[in-house]
Amino acid sequence: MDTAVFARWIGEIAAAVRADKDRLTRLDAAIGDADHGANLERGFDAVVRALADDSPDTPGALLGLVGNTLIRRVGGASGPLYGTAFREAGKALGDARTVSTADLARALEAGLAGVRRLGGAAEGDKTMVDAIAPAVRALAEAVRDGSGQREALGAAASAALAGAEATIPMRAGKGRASYLGPRSVGHEDPGAASAALVFAALCAAEAASDESRGG
Amino acid sequence: MVGIVLISHSGPLAAEVAALAARICAVDVPLGAAGGTEDGGLGSSPELVAAMIERVDQGDGVILIPDLGGSVLTARLFEAPGVVVADVPFVEGTIAAVISASAGAPLRAVLAAAEDARRFRKF
Repeated sequence: MDTAVFARWIGEIAAAVRADKDRLTRLDAAIGDADHGANLERGFDAVVRALADDSPDTPGALLGLVGNTLIRRVGGASGPLYGTAFREAGKALGDARTVSTADLARALEAGLAGVRRLGGAAEGDKTMVDAIAPAVRALAEAVRDGSGQREALGAAASAALAGAEATIPMRAGKGRASYLGPRSVGHEDPGAASAALVFAALCAAEAASDESRGG
Repeated sequence: MVGIVLISHSGPLAAEVAALAARICAVDVPLGAAGGTEDGGLGSSPELVAAMIERVDQGDGVILIPDLGGSVLTARLFEAPGVVVADVPFVEGTIAAVISASAGAPLRAVLAAAEDARRFRKF
């Protein structure tokens, strides 16, 4: 995967966030402060503009720019969290011009570690970690099993979606929803839902780039 | 003197707690409020926080005191040698930190004073 695939990934995320903005906001209205959709839309729109102004020439530099822009522009808690995830993933990729699925799996592991460090959430706390951790695990397993890139990214996207849905019966242990105690049960976590969009977008970007190359 | 930066989703909240702490304390402590977004909305702005850290930094270290939620995460992005985040009650921790800093205490002692505020019973 080259820088163009990563740029396409970000474009796909921005489009998915725009399309699902109302759903994310509805989820956040149930157990949060009803701004997750709007915050992420503002953040990723800013990212798309930043990438248009300054096109980085490596995947690592691109993810770094994405992370810094999200931290500056999102405003809510998801800004530092997603920003750190992209920044750490970018750092892990270094200045390589192309990235293998194994490189990407390691970079996303670094991103997840950054999110965990910053927010202190573990799996089961009903946060974005509940979608990201299983996705990163599925990607690493697929790499280990020798799966193709498409298959590996598909497994990660499915695991993220399943992880997000699995937050519905959870009781929140972190974030604003944790003040609700047992009343947080029965709602999907908005951060996990948006993380599932991020992994679905990665899968879509890889497929689209492959097709545009005629592969 | 140790510098102190208050971080809140609300600009007025950070500004008022800073004003209260400054009034309670006779000595001018380098104290900054970084609340809200740059356009005055609710949220936290890393750019405001960065500017405030620079303004209050006299070379003796800086303590960041966030209120809750995203402010804590934003504060933690700035952890560095000489810049620490205090996990303390916003008002009480700020007052304790400002009074301690005004007495010329070093960074570690100011942080400890702020953390002590967690245990103070009101009655």
